[in-house]
Amino acid sequence: MSYFSDIYNGIKTLLTGMSVTGGYFIRARKGSITQQYPDNRETLKMFDRFRGEVVMPHNENNEHYCTGCQACEIACPNGSIEIVWDRQVDPETGKKKKMIDKHIYHLGMCTMCSLCVEACPTDAIVWAQNYENSVYDRKYLTKVLNQPGSKVKAGIED
Amino acid sequence: MNIPLNITKTIHDWLFSIMPEGVATVTEWVIVAAAYLALFAVAGLYLVLLERKVAAWFQLRLGPNRVGPWGIFQTMADALKLVSKELTSNANIDKFLYNLAPYFVILSSLIAIGVFPFSRQFQALDINIGIFFLFAVSSIGVIGILLAGWSSNNKFAMIGAMRSGLQTISYELSVGLSMLTMVLLTGSLQLSEIIEVQRTGGWLILQGHIPAIIAFMIFMIAGTAETNRAPFDLVEAESELGAGFHTEYSGMKFAYFFLAEFINMFIIASIAVVLFFGGWLSPFGITDDITWFPETIWFVIKVLGIIFLMMWFRWTFPRLRVDQLLTLEWKYLLPINLVNLVLMAIIIWLNWTI
Repeated sequence: MSYFSDIYNGIKTLLTGMSVTGGYFIRARKGSITQQYPDNRETLKMFDRFRGEVVMPHNENNEHYCTGCQACEIACPNGSIEIVWDRQVDPETGKKKKMIDKHIYHLGMCTMCSLCVEACPTDAIVWAQNYENSVYDRKYLTKVLNQPGSKVKAGIED
Repeated sequence: MNIPLNITKTIHDWLFSIMPEGVATVTEWVIVAAAYLALFAVAGLYLVLLERKVAAWFQLRLGPNRVGPWGIFQTMADALKLVSKELTSNANIDKFLYNLAPYFVILSSLIAIGVFPFSRQFQALDINIGIFFLFAVSSIGVIGILLAGWSSNNKFAMIGAMRSGLQTISYELSVGLSMLTMVLLTGSLQLSEIIEVQRTGGWLILQGHIPAIIAFMIFMIAGTAETNRAPFDLVEAESELGAGFHTEYSGMKFAYFFLAEFINMFIIASIAVVLFFGGWLSPFGITDDITWFPETIWFVIKVLGIIFLMMWFRWTFPRLRVDQLLTLEWKYLLPINLVNLVLMAIIIWLNWTI
């Protein structure tokens, strides 16, 4: 008579399933898996390893740490980074030296894999903590990371 | 003596005092129709919201909480969006049937809602074949679904509609037979009469004990299948058929299907409440002595309880396959139901009811 045992087992397993989801329902208030969207933009502290977008920090003299070694450009798996560089005469030493003209970063192509930040020998590029990256035109996603008129900090290559 | 009684009676007397009888009757019809339409819209919108909230809690999520406090205006915003959207259609559809289908679905549920006794006086139409009428009207909805699938000229919609046809035809049998089991106990098809029977003898699920409980379980399973809700939502199985029979519908026509699904859930829950849980009667008569207490509240509380049970089913069980669906109906529910009907008859014959 597997007919009746099938009915019995069917109802039993259904009730087991319902007790599991019922437990979830009761515990849902305190144990939500999802989080509220962060509205407190001013006071919010994102966690340290959060990958918002790649930025190039500049110090107060408008100097960055990028030597133009192109390690990030080579490391990038999908060509999100382009470095426009040329050789200029260093005013201090009088020698010709490789200097970046533009550090171009395509946020639209970036997969936030962090290989460029890992590859950078001088920590010139780091991850920003912003999380609202949407724009109305994709041309705004192509960013020049070094500020206009900035130059490499002296002695960073040594 | 309760609030709905006073309001309806006052309005009735006032209308008949200020205008001739014929005009007053027509005005009353219009007022009742408007009230039921409003109830329909509000109930539909808030059931959608409730479903989304309950679903979120079952899945340990937060649910809609951005529009208004706790998201209570979310479905209003959705409805506004749907109203403002364009009504698109395909090139080779059957235009007449395509436009007709949503109205079949929504009208059938709107007609059915009219016969429910929300309280002693809050009932638009108390006909003596109430249960039979409900059963007949609520099965018209499937015509709308079949028409929608057929006229869309889309194979997914077509498959969804055909599945709906076989599902509804199969499960109507179980719904009808489980209703019939309870009608044996009450000896009446009139909804107000069915509730009056329960005033003295206790709720029918207690009166009929074992067969009533079996009938209730079968009714809940078959009722869930009737409303095309998960785990019986083969009709609009998203993973297989896109959106099933309403794949080609947009804007307000889609919203009609969507609202009708939730109103159908309300209807099935209301039938269950009337047939098994005493309708608007309070448990053990605890509020019978309080004159101002609206009986409608008990009705709504019970209906929400049943609806919660259906939502619990939906977010627990996986979707059935077509052959499993038919096996469940024809090999399990139907024989059990027939035996149950005989069992109920024997119990009434031997007077074993509580």
